[in-house]
Amino acid sequence: MINDLLKQAEHTLLEPAELSASKLQKVLDTMMARDIDQADLYFQQSSSESWRLDDGIIKSGSYNSSRGVGARIISGEKTGFAYSDELILPQIEQSIQAAKRIARYGGSDNAQQLHYLFGHQLYAGDNPLKTVDDSDKIALMRQIEKAAYGLDPRVKRVTVALSAEHDVVLVAASDGTLAADIRPLVRLDVMVIVEENNRREQGYYGGGGRFDYSFFQQSDRASRYAQAAVREALIKLDAKPAPAGVMPVVLGPGWPAVLLHEAIGHGLEADFNRKGSSVFTNRIGERIASPLCTIVDDGSLPNRRGSLNIDDEGVPTQCTTLVEEGILKTYMQDKHNARLMKATPTGNGRRESYAHLPMPRMTNTYMLAGPHNPEEIIASVEKGLYAVNFSGGQVDITNGKFVFSASEAYLIEKGKVTQPVKGATLIGDGAEVLRKISMVGDDLKLDKGVGTCGKQGQSVPVGVGQPTLLVDELIVGGTETGE
Amino acid sequence: MGVAQSIIQQEKDKTKAIAAQLIQLSQKNGATQAAASLLVNQGFDITVRMGDVETLTYHNSKAIGLSVYFGQKKATVSGTASDEQALKEMVEKACFIARHTQEDSCHGLADAALMASDIPDLDLYHPWDITPEQAINAAIAAEKQALMIDPRIKQSEGLDMASVQSCAVYANSHGFIGQKFATRHSHSCTLIAEQDNHMERDYDYSVARDPDDLLSIDRIANNAARKTIERLSPRKLTTCRVPVIFAARVAGGLINHFLSAISGDNLYKKSSFLLDQLNQVVFAPHITIDERPHLLKGLRSSAYDSEGVATKERAIVANGVLRHYLLNSYSARKLDQQTTANAGGARNVFISHSDHDLAALIKKMDKGLLVTDLMGQGISILTGDYSRGASGFWIEHGEIQYPVTELTIAANLKAMFANLVDVANDIDDNGNIHTGSILLESMTVAAG
Repeated sequence: MINDLLKQAEHTLLEPAELSASKLQKVLDTMMARDIDQADLYFQQSSSESWRLDDGIIKSGSYNSSRGVGARIISGEKTGFAYSDELILPQIEQSIQAAKRIARYGGSDNAQQLHYLFGHQLYAGDNPLKTVDDSDKIALMRQIEKAAYGLDPRVKRVTVALSAEHDVVLVAASDGTLAADIRPLVRLDVMVIVEENNRREQGYYGGGGRFDYSFFQQSDRASRYAQAAVREALIKLDAKPAPAGVMPVVLGPGWPAVLLHEAIGHGLEADFNRKGSSVFTNRIGERIASPLCTIVDDGSLPNRRGSLNIDDEGVPTQCTTLVEEGILKTYMQDKHNARLMKATPTGNGRRESYAHLPMPRMTNTYMLAGPHNPEEIIASVEKGLYAVNFSGGQVDITNGKFVFSASEAYLIEKGKVTQPVKGATLIGDGAEVLRKISMVGDDLKLDKGVGTCGKQGQSVPVGVGQPTLLVDELIVGGTETGE
Repeated sequence: MGVAQSIIQQEKDKTKAIAAQLIQLSQKNGATQAAASLLVNQGFDITVRMGDVETLTYHNSKAIGLSVYFGQKKATVSGTASDEQALKEMVEKACFIARHTQEDSCHGLADAALMASDIPDLDLYHPWDITPEQAINAAIAAEKQALMIDPRIKQSEGLDMASVQSCAVYANSHGFIGQKFATRHSHSCTLIAEQDNHMERDYDYSVARDPDDLLSIDRIANNAARKTIERLSPRKLTTCRVPVIFAARVAGGLINHFLSAISGDNLYKKSSFLLDQLNQVVFAPHITIDERPHLLKGLRSSAYDSEGVATKERAIVANGVLRHYLLNSYSARKLDQQTTANAGGARNVFISHSDHDLAALIKKMDKGLLVTDLMGQGISILTGDYSRGASGFWIEHGEIQYPVTELTIAANLKAMFANLVDVANDIDDNGNIHTGSILLESMTVAAG
């Protein structure tokens, strides 16, 4: 199985370039020189498709196929990088020469003997663009559309999008790493617009992961997706403007863990900490969160959107404990930063494609379950906000300020969930917010698999998760000042 | 490997031939209409940090796109490979998908009569005769100088210099073929300052078609240093409702939400808060918004839009009244109108402004919030609800008092535009939207 994986990657990526593992060894030697610490080649072939059903019509299908090689050379803290979208040796050699301009000395040196490095088997390598017939993909979209319109006469527009990617990668590095991965990724998005008394609102639901479209065909998943999107939109029709000010906030389980991703996740990526630009720099061993908080980054969960058999530097992914009972334990590392910080790579070296440089990135980041019952958490709040769904967030890792926007939220009054509110943006300080977590639920949930994280212009798929949480105070940025 | 080596000689004939071949092959495979696009980018970027080069990246990328129509069925395919076999596969894949989609009476190329015929030279191609080594040395020197400006500046997060040449081709089965050569150069600098164990970061940057129009890397580094120091020791506010100024560098984003709300795709889906507003008052009466697609050296200049339709210089908003939507041929047909040559968006947008500077605008506001940075995605184009994280400066007695952080600003975009008080003359020319700082009547500021 694993050997098949390498064989398949070699067949897809190396044979067209008339390359083989043994020839790669020689190519890597040409990348090395006296002052070069690390060199690697990243081969990638990626194909993707998307289908869109909008306003009753299968609008248009689209398909992308791209392939290329990235050549990276590292000397001390310096990185030279060039890439080619042609998988032929002369082009690869030209990229190598360009990347090598970073080094002071010419010549060549011996790279380590390449050894095939085994990764996990977290997902099947079948091409999800091909395992389900196009007519069945369309039937699935139709089924969801029909279900959504059928749920409520106020539903005025339904859009269903189905997309899949199939990514074949091979990494060869001067430290002897030879590794390959074949990564499927699918997602399904449902958007609805509802209208009542001239007021329009939208609702959204989506899911996905590293499997194929048959996931969405199973049981009553299709109709549940439709229901969830319609439900969110209808709730907003009744929503009042969100309050403004400081108040206790209860975050629902699952996707609201965007908070963890923004508030501390990015600040624990090694590059920022090596450079000293994160609020968490030099704070390993210190208390940064309430003792109720244990947070991990785990790229080795089967079939999750943020999971990888190996990272983009060929390091098998792992479960890394970032924060244990409130104490900061470790940063997320790629090879480059690990070498400079004398740490061990944690399988977090990721890149958007062959045309981008790898850097430390999150995979699936989540908080472990705690002792409290979710109802008990809500009941403990006299007046506050209950936020159960979010549309995204952002962080400034240097001053620690993060923000995220609630797409479904309610007021909590006297321990009860009451009025839905809309337009609530939460803002806080990453170094402080986790200290203010006073209750952690026993209901850990991972998100549905639609997260994409952007950093320095590069997008990668990620996952998040958490149980229900109570944050004692957070700034809620609505329009209602209560004056 | 000089980057100033001309992309024109290498790509002029090759890119056109590929586009023509894709269209021909599509028609041979039964497509009734087809459109092909190519974008080739070549160049480099360097990052310098703490006295040495951190990254040197060479760019050499190619993106090929093909849309085919079988009657009113459509498919889109894209890729990077341009060999014969890859092109053949692209066409076959596109034709296969198109047969699986459904008829949509609004699909199809823009009308042949609308294709641009007169294609002026918009002066977009100005290669920069600089090697990566020269760029690295200039950036190292600029960084050194910036780090000496104030002892509170602890480090740089990077100075970037980038220079890219591009060749873009669009062709379709009406016989239209357009080719554009352009360059894009940039300088940027981000610094970190520290005071009382608290770090803040700020930046400045410059983008231009012509290297002679760039602000020098020294100047950028200096500006970044000044801005970073100004942000140190921010305070928090209490929740209030006050006038707000969007500094020029973030004001373009506000106008972008307006452009999004009048774009055809959001209009025909009825997912805009500005439905049925043509010829209605949407802005304060002193506001005029012009689109200048033929601007020489403009960052978005083009004689034709991304469907080949001839672009026109015109007012989108005149004296507060919405004069034009932004339509492509598809959304125009959906709305039973004509395309406005805005496939690919509005090009070089200019907001009318007063003749006073930011200091005068601050004086005029007297008391309120000056926003210099925004965070998060709390914007709904469907409802106009706007709620984002912000930081900036507190203004009282017509003057900047102190930096503020960890707050949110919220209001509805419709009211924000209608009650836009004034625009200063400190125009930011680094993006598609050329605007000075914008003063709004009031927003809710949440803080604590």
